[in-house]
Amino acid sequence: MYMLRTDNITMKFGGLVAVSNLNLEIKQNEIVGLIGPNGAGKTTAFNMITSQYTPTEGSIFFNNEDITSYKPYEITKLGIARTFQNIKLFKEMTVLENVLVGNHLRVRSPLILSVLRSPMYLREEKHMVEKSMNLLRDLNLDDVVNEKAYSLPYGKQRRLEIARALATDPKLLLLDEPAAGMNPQESIELMNFIHEIREKFDLTIFLIEHTMQVVMGVCERIYVLDYGVTIAEGNPSDIQNNPKVIEAYLGVN
Amino acid sequence: MTFEIFLQHLSNAVSLGSLYALIAIGYTMVYGILRLINFAHGDIFMLGGYFAFYALTTFLMPWWVGFIVAIGLTALLGMSIEKVAYRPLRDSPKVSVLISAIGVSFLIESLGVVIFGGIQKAFPIPDLFGKVMMIGNIYIVSVNFFIPVIAFIFLVGLMYLINKTKTGMAMRALSRDHETARLMGIDVDKVIAYTFGLGSLLAAVGGIMWGMKYPQLYPLMGVMPGLKCFIAAVVGGIGNITGAVLGGLIIGILEIMTVAFLPDLTGYRDAFAFILLIIILLVKPTGLMGENLAEKV
Amino acid sequence: MEREKKIRVVLTVTAAAVAVGLLVLFNLILDSYMMRIVNLCGIYITLALSLNLIYGFTGMFSLGHAGFMAVGAYTTALLTMSPAQKEMNFFLEPIVPWLANVEWSFLPALLMGGVVAAVAGFIIGAPALKLKDDYLAIATLGFAEIIRIFFTNMQSITNGPLGLKGLPPYTNVWWTWGIAFASILFMVFLFKGSYGRAFKAIREDEVAAEAMGINLFRHKMLSFTIGSFMAGVGGGLLGNLMGTIDPLMFRFLLAFNILLIVVLGGMGSITGTVISGIVITVLMEYLRFLDGPMDFYLFSTDGIPGLRMVIFSIMLMVVILFFQKGIMGNREFSWDFLFRPGRFKKNSVEGE
Repeated sequence: MYMLRTDNITMKFGGLVAVSNLNLEIKQNEIVGLIGPNGAGKTTAFNMITSQYTPTEGSIFFNNEDITSYKPYEITKLGIARTFQNIKLFKEMTVLENVLVGNHLRVRSPLILSVLRSPMYLREEKHMVEKSMNLLRDLNLDDVVNEKAYSLPYGKQRRLEIARALATDPKLLLLDEPAAGMNPQESIELMNFIHEIREKFDLTIFLIEHTMQVVMGVCERIYVLDYGVTIAEGNPSDIQNNPKVIEAYLGVN
Repeated sequence: MTFEIFLQHLSNAVSLGSLYALIAIGYTMVYGILRLINFAHGDIFMLGGYFAFYALTTFLMPWWVGFIVAIGLTALLGMSIEKVAYRPLRDSPKVSVLISAIGVSFLIESLGVVIFGGIQKAFPIPDLFGKVMMIGNIYIVSVNFFIPVIAFIFLVGLMYLINKTKTGMAMRALSRDHETARLMGIDVDKVIAYTFGLGSLLAAVGGIMWGMKYPQLYPLMGVMPGLKCFIAAVVGGIGNITGAVLGGLIIGILEIMTVAFLPDLTGYRDAFAFILLIIILLVKPTGLMGENLAEKV
Repeated sequence: MEREKKIRVVLTVTAAAVAVGLLVLFNLILDSYMMRIVNLCGIYITLALSLNLIYGFTGMFSLGHAGFMAVGAYTTALLTMSPAQKEMNFFLEPIVPWLANVEWSFLPALLMGGVVAAVAGFIIGAPALKLKDDYLAIATLGFAEIIRIFFTNMQSITNGPLGLKGLPPYTNVWWTWGIAFASILFMVFLFKGSYGRAFKAIREDEVAAEAMGINLFRHKMLSFTIGSFMAGVGGGLLGNLMGTIDPLMFRFLLAFNILLIVVLGGMGSITGTVISGIVITVLMEYLRFLDGPMDFYLFSTDGIPGLRMVIFSIMLMVVILFFQKGIMGNREFSWDFLFRPGRFKKNSVEGE
C-alpha cells in the first residue's frame, strides 16, 4: 500500500523528453529524496505530481486515487502540499497572511458571510489565526508575523514557504531544494527540522535536493534521475556506491 | 449579386485587408520583441495620415516627397515614443507598460484634437491614386489597386530585412531571448528602437493609403483600425509576420464580405473582429501560425 | 488594548459622522453645479473601487469596465422611465412590449442594473479569465466594444444611437455617497477576511495560490462578478445623474478615467482610490475651462477642446513612469499613527 505511486509517467515538451517512464513508490511516513544533475527532470516530476503539468503519458495515484487529471488546487485539498525551488511567497502580504492563505481551502463560510462577519465566519477566522500562529511559533517565525514576506531574510523565506504549505494540512509534503542557499550549519538544522515536522505533523516527505549532506543525512530512500531517466533507486549507502550514479555526477573519462 | 459586383467587393476587401496587414505587422513585431501591446500603434497610423496631409496642403510638397517626409517623421516619432514611454519600464510588470501605452495613445489622440482640430479633414488625393479604372467589367478606384501592390512591395522588403540583414537577425534573436542576445553583443536598445521605427513606418504607409481610400482624416481614426489590427496579429499568431498579414487579410475580407452579403449586419461591422478575437483566444490562443510555448513554473 | 480598540471605534464613528455632516452641509450650501461634482465623486469612488477589486486586489487587468457600466446604466434607465417617457424616446421603432410598461422605483432598478451587469460579467468572465495580463485586457476591451455595438444596434430595446433621454432624476447625494460608503465598507470587510486574502494571493502569484488549494477560476470569477455588479450599480447612478445616456458615452474613454483613478490612488488601496477618486473628479470638472474659451493677458482663444484630456493622459503616464505606487501604494489609512510611531500601518484596513 503506497501513499504516492506513479505509473510510468512521462513528460514531453515538443521534442524534448524531460521525464520518461518515472515510477515512484512512496510509503506513508517515509522521507524520500529525488536527486540528479541539473536539468535531470526533478522539478518537472514535482510539477506532474502537483499537476502544474499534466503528464504526456502515465498515471499518478495518491492513496490509490488516480489524480493524474486533477487540478493543482484539488490535489492540495487531497493532502499534497509543496514548496518551490525559486521561492514563491505572496511578497506584498504579511507573514501571517501568507500562512492564513494556506488555510483558505478549508473555509466553509461563503464570501458574503465573511463580509458580514457572521458568527460562523468569525469562528473559522479565529481558528485559522490560532492555527497559523501556532505554526509560525513551531517554525520560529513568530517574531516576524506582521512583516511583509519580501522583507524576510532568505532562510526565513524558505521556512515561511514550508509553514504556508503545512497550513493546508498536507499528508505528503514535497520540498523542492529546501537547503538551497544554506550554509552547512543551517543545513544541519534543516535536517533536524525535517525530522521534527515529520513526527509532529505525521507527514510523508518527498524532497529534491542538491546538497548531498542533507540528502544522505535525512532520506531513507533515494531516486536518482539523469536526463529524465531513473538510473538508480535505493537507500543512501547503495546510492553512494552505485557506479551509474557516480558516472552521472562525475561524468565518464 | 452579379459576379462583377462580387469582384468589386473583393477588390475593396483585399485593399482593406492589405491595409490591416500593414498595421498588424507593427503590432506583431513589437509584441514579438517586447511582449507589449503597443496600444498607441493605431494613433501612430493616424499621425502618418495627418503628416502627409500637412506636407501636401500646408507645405505644398509634391505628393511623393510629402509621403516620404511623412513616413520618415512617423518612424522617428515611433522611436521616440519607445524611448520616452516604454524603455524606462522595461523591467516593470507587463501591465505597467501596457498602461503607459494606453496613456500614450490617449495623449496622441487628445493632442490630435488640440492641434489638428476635431473636425474631419479631406485628404488631398494625388491624381494617380484617384483615377477610376476599368478592368474587364469592373470599376476600381486606382488606390484600391495600388494598396495591395504597395503593401506587397513593403512586405517583400521587410522579409528581406528580417531574414537577410544583420539587423533582422538581431531582431529575431531578441524575440527569443533578450539576455542571450545581449551577451552575443547585440545592442538591445538600438534594435528595439529600429523595430519601433520599422513598425511605425509601415503604420504611416497604412495611414496615408487609408487617407486616400476613405478620403478623410480625424484624430480618432486610428482607434478602431488599431484594435482590429491587433486582433489581426493575434489571429495570425502574435510575433509571426506572415501570420499578421494573413490575419489582416482575413479580418478585412470578413468585414467587407459580411456586410456585402448580409447587409442587415452592417451595424455590427465593427463587432466582427472582436467576436473573431474571442473565438480565437478560446480555441487556439496561439493563433493560426503561432508556436506553442509552455509556461514555466 | 481594549481601551485602544474602543478609541478606534469612537474615532471611526466620529469620522463617519463628520463625513455625513459635510454631505448635509454641502447639500445646504452648494449650488446644483457643485452638487453635481459631489455626486460624481461618490459615483467615481464606487466605480474605481470596483476596478480596484478586479485589478488592484485580484491582479486581473480588465479594460471592459465601460461595458458593465453601460449594462447597468441602460437597465436602470429602462426600468425607471415612465411608459410615457419611453414612448416619446422610441419614435423610430417602438420599444419591445415587455419593457414598455415597467416602471420600478430607483433602488430595485439600480440593484437590477447591478445584477444584469454581474450576469454579463459572469458570461464574459467564464471565457476571458482563462487569459492573463495583456490578453485579458484586450479580450475584456473587446467584450465592452461588443456590448456597445449591440446597444447601438438593438433599436427596440436601447433606442440605438439615439440613446435614452429624460431619465427621472432620482440621483442625489444620499444615493451616490450612500452607495459609495456601502462599497467602501464592503471592500474593507472583504479584505479583512479570508476571501480577500485569497484574491490578493492570486494577484501576488497565481501558481503559488493554486498550490495553496485556491480554486483560481472560482475566485477570479467571484472577484470579477462582484466588480461587474458594482460597476453596473455605478453605471446606473451615472446614467441617472446625467439624465441622458447613449452608447457613445460608454466608450473606452470612460474606462480610462477609472483606470487613472485606480493607478493614481494606488493599486490595491481602498484609501488611495477614495482620495484619488475625489481628486480626479474635481480636477476633471475644474479643468473644464481648458476646453472652453480662454483669455490670457496677451491673447485669447476660443477654447481648445481636448486640452483637458492631454493633461489626464500625461498624468497617467507620469504616475506609471515615475510614481508607480501612486498616492498610497497598497497601504491603507488607519488610526495607528495615533498609538505608535510610524504614520501608516502597512497593508491593514481602514479603521482597524
